[in-house]
Amino acid sequence: MKKTFGGPALILDRDDINTDEIIPAKYLTEATKEALKPYCLEDLKLEGLDAKGEKLQKARVVITRANFGCGSSREHAPWVFEVNEIHTVIAESYARIFRQNMFNCGMLAIELPRPDIDALINLEKESNGSVDVEVHLQEQRVVARGNGREVSCGFDISPFDKALVAAGGWVEYADARY
Amino acid sequence: MGQTTAEKIFAAHLRDEPFPGTKVLDLDRVLCHEITTPVAIADLEWRGKDRVFDNTRIKAVIDHVTPSKDSKTALQAKILRDWARRHAIKDFFDIGRNGVCHALFPEKGYIRPGFTAIMGDSHTCTHGAFGAFAAGVGTTDLEVGILKGVCAFREPKTIRVNLDGKLRPGVHAKDVILFVVGELGVNGATDRVIEFHGPVVDAMSMDARMTLCNMAIEAGGTCGICQPDQVTVDYLWPFIEGEFTSPQAALEEYRQWCADADADYDKILDFDMTKLAPQVTYGFKPDCVKPVSEMAGTRIDQVYIGTCTNGRIEDLRQAADVLKGRRIADSLRAIVSPATPKIFQEALSEGLIQIFMDAGFCVTNPTCGACLGMSNGVLAEGEACASTSNRNFNGRMGKGGMVHLMSPSTAAATAITGVITDARTL
Repeated sequence: MKKTFGGPALILDRDDINTDEIIPAKYLTEATKEALKPYCLEDLKLEGLDAKGEKLQKARVVITRANFGCGSSREHAPWVFEVNEIHTVIAESYARIFRQNMFNCGMLAIELPRPDIDALINLEKESNGSVDVEVHLQEQRVVARGNGREVSCGFDISPFDKALVAAGGWVEYADARY
Repeated sequence: MGQTTAEKIFAAHLRDEPFPGTKVLDLDRVLCHEITTPVAIADLEWRGKDRVFDNTRIKAVIDHVTPSKDSKTALQAKILRDWARRHAIKDFFDIGRNGVCHALFPEKGYIRPGFTAIMGDSHTCTHGAFGAFAAGVGTTDLEVGILKGVCAFREPKTIRVNLDGKLRPGVHAKDVILFVVGELGVNGATDRVIEFHGPVVDAMSMDARMTLCNMAIEAGGTCGICQPDQVTVDYLWPFIEGEFTSPQAALEEYRQWCADADADYDKILDFDMTKLAPQVTYGFKPDCVKPVSEMAGTRIDQVYIGTCTNGRIEDLRQAADVLKGRRIADSLRAIVSPATPKIFQEALSEGLIQIFMDAGFCVTNPTCGACLGMSNGVLAEGEACASTSNRNFNGRMGKGGMVHLMSPSTAAATAITGVITDARTL
C-alpha cells in the first residue's frame, strides 16, 4: 500500500539504536503488525524519551543518527513504525537490513550527512521539540520547520529504492516483474 | 581485474539488474523459521499467492521458541508446520528433529560453496563459512524469496581480513571474531562482505569458521565468507559424494569460488593472531571488547553455553574440557543448549553431557531460547550473564539484564569461579 510521508518529528539523538530497542524480541510472537503498536521503542533508554508519551504518538517522522536499526533482521522494527504512522526515518546511516526493510515496505529511510542531522536536531531543540518535516520525494528534499525557522536538505536515494516506494513495496514490485 | 568470492557468486546468480548497482539474484536456498516466516505466509495468503517457487530449495525449522512456551508461540509453530505440509516442503524440522537454524542447515549439507541463501534472520551470514553468499533479510525479502526465488541486493564491496600467525592454546574462533568486531566497530562493515583469509582460518574446522562468520553482522557485514578448501570438502563429502568422482574433483570445482589473487578489495586488514588473548565484551554493543584479563572478577549470575555462534560439538568439547572434574560456583546457575539433536547425541556419546551435569549445568534441548530473551534462561533485572551468544544489547536476554559475550572455554571457567575468568588461569 502506498504511504504518505512527513509530519511532526521525533528526535532519537544517539548512534547505533538497535532493533531490540525499537521492538523487543518478546513481542515477535505477535501474529499481526497492529498488535505491535503499543510497544514502539519500549526498551530505548534516552533522556526525555517517553515511549508511552504523546510526543511519540504524534510523531510521523523519526530523525536519528548513525547505524540506525542495527542488530536483528526483524521487520517488526519498520512495522512498529508503520502501525504508528511513522513512514519516514531520517538518519546519518542505517544497518543494511533495516534500510532494505523500510523500502521493502514502501517506506522511506532517508540518509543525510552529519551536519544536516545536527541542523535538524538543533532546530528541534530551539523549537522546544516542535518540528514539522515535509518530504518532497520527487525533488529529493526534506524541509523542516520550527520556531519560525526552516532547514532544507537535499538527499540522495537510489533509483531502485525510489521504485520500491512508488510501487508500494518489494512484493508489488517483484510480483509485477519476476 | 580479478573478483572477490561475493563478486563471483553475484555474477553467477544474476537474474536482473533493474538499475545500475541493484542486483537481483537467483536463490539456491530460502531458509525459514517460525518467528519471521508466519507473517510472510499470512501476507501471501492475503494476496491470494500462497505458493512456493521450489519446495526443494526451501528449508524450514521451528527453532526460536521450541517446544512452544505459550499459545502465541504455539500458533507461530503451527502456521509454519501447516504451511510446510501444504507445500510438501520435505526438509522441515519439527520438535524432536529441530535445532538452531544456523547449526542445523549446515549440518544437513544444505549449504555449498558458490550458493546464494537468504533467511529472515540476521545471523544467516554464518553460512558464508562454506564459501557461499548468505544474507539475513527481513520478512518482505523472505516472502519474495519464497514466492519468486529471488532477492535484490546492492552489490556489496568486500573487506579482506587476513588472520595471520597461529592461535595459542585456549584461544578460539570466538576470541578472534570478538577481536575483529572490536576493530571494525558495529558499522565498520555495513554494506560489505567480510572475506576471511590466512593461516588462522586455514587451520580452523568448519565449526570454528561458522563461529567466525556468524558475527560478521555484528560489524554490520552482509556476510562473512571463508574460502572453500579441503576442510570444506571433507565436511560436505557425505552429502556430495554422489556428485563428484573424488574429493579432489569436488575441491577443483569449489575452488572456482575462491577470490582471485588480484581481486579488488574495499579494504585489507592484517591481524597477527599469535598474541591474541581470550576476549570478552563489556557494555551494550558487540564492539565493546576487551581481553578477559581486564574484566576478570566481574560477578556473573548465569552462564549460557549454546546458540548459533557456539552451540556446536567443538564448542561443547571446549567447555567440557574446562569443566571436567569441577563444579560450578554456588553463586550462579549454568545452562547448556546443544544446538542440534545430532550435536546433543554426539555430546552424549562422548560423555560431555555427563561432564556438564556433574558440574551442575542444566542441559536444555536445542533452541535459540535465552539468547534473545525468549525462553529457557531469561535474565531478571540487574542480572549478568556470561554467554557464548553473539549480541549484548541492553535487555537482549531479558529486560534490565547484562550480557558478556565470550568463548565456551571462558564461559566454562566463569561458571566454575562465579566471576569472569580466563580459562588458562584455572
